[in-house]
Amino acid sequence: MMYAAAAAGTAVCMLLVLARSIAGPNIFNRILAVNSFGTLAVMLIAIYGFLTGRPEFLDLSLVYALINFIGTIAVTKFVTFVGMGEGVERDDMGDI
Amino acid sequence: MAALIDIASWALILGGVAFSLIGAYGMIKLSDVYARMHAASLIDTLGIGLIFIGMMLQAGFTIVTVKLVLVLVFILFTSPVATHALARAAINEDVLPVVDTETERQMAASNKTKSSEFGT
Amino acid sequence: MLQAISLAAALTAFWVLLSGYWIPLILCLGAASILACVYIARRMEIIDHEGHPIHISFQGITYFPWLLKEIVLSNIAVAKAILKGGSAIRPQVLQVPASQRDALGQVIYANSITLTPGTVSIGIDEGVITVHALMDETADGLRTGDMNARVCRLEGDPDPRRIAGGGQP
Repeated sequence: MMYAAAAAGTAVCMLLVLARSIAGPNIFNRILAVNSFGTLAVMLIAIYGFLTGRPEFLDLSLVYALINFIGTIAVTKFVTFVGMGEGVERDDMGDI
Repeated sequence: MAALIDIASWALILGGVAFSLIGAYGMIKLSDVYARMHAASLIDTLGIGLIFIGMMLQAGFTIVTVKLVLVLVFILFTSPVATHALARAAINEDVLPVVDTETERQMAASNKTKSSEFGT
Repeated sequence: MLQAISLAAALTAFWVLLSGYWIPLILCLGAASILACVYIARRMEIIDHEGHPIHISFQGITYFPWLLKEIVLSNIAVAKAILKGGSAIRPQVLQVPASQRDALGQVIYANSITLTPGTVSIGIDEGVITVHALMDETADGLRTGDMNARVCRLEGDPDPRRIAGGGQP
């Protein structure tokens, strides 16, 4: 019961964030919304594991958290430098 | 004792869902991308934190709790890095924050990476 | 060397906790992969005081609970402001000094600022951090320089209040 309520609330949050990612005026709003959507997906996977009594789902949510972070950094770098290999040596403040 | 833990879990999980809902509502409502970052960090800190602590109480001292702590610590360490990278990318593309005074605007714009540092 | 041993211990704990199996074959595979990881990390020279900061772990006992308290307080403040809307929200940009000695301390400071809702660090340059704040309340909390002094103490800096009072440089 507790987990069903939490899963429903998380799903509503995901819908709201998805609306922002569709409506977002520019690419940065979309990246931000997709990043939040990933965090909410990590939450939903963990809650779903508890809801069905199979906590092994936590391994999936750990992997999803890793991929979410790397994906956000990669897309941000791609938007800034228009390529994955540029900007490392020339930018004195680092990659991003 | 078990009933007490259940009540605590209920309170924590409902609190986490409430913070997530407020954060998602803020993502819709706030005006520009920098303001929306604050709403997103609401989801990334207390939203996920309270829900996971509530589930830790239900799991007790098992390997499940350890995995929950791992996921939570990982999210807490990476979300500021992703937010900072996004803010710097936005400044580099001349998307500046909407603020009251011109000085503050210049302050934000001064962080732009010089075009000579990009190379060609 | 100390950092390599600490890294190996952390990796061992990580393997044991995530696998949960005690079959000899699995344990041998785990030991082999841990040794390979530590060897590669040493060859890449990424286990220095920045990549594996064991020198701050004792001071962290007081810093991280304080940071958690700050996160909870500013979460509540930002949630109230979002629900109230209107005049409660006044986005602004400010610059605060970061008086930590090395890059690691400044990174910890900037990440602490970003992790606290209501303030996002949008740039670091020559010991000055540019911050975007959502409301006056969170901006004023940062201007006092309390978090700056605490991160200095976390790093073991003997004189945390070199720049008196913090505030605008």
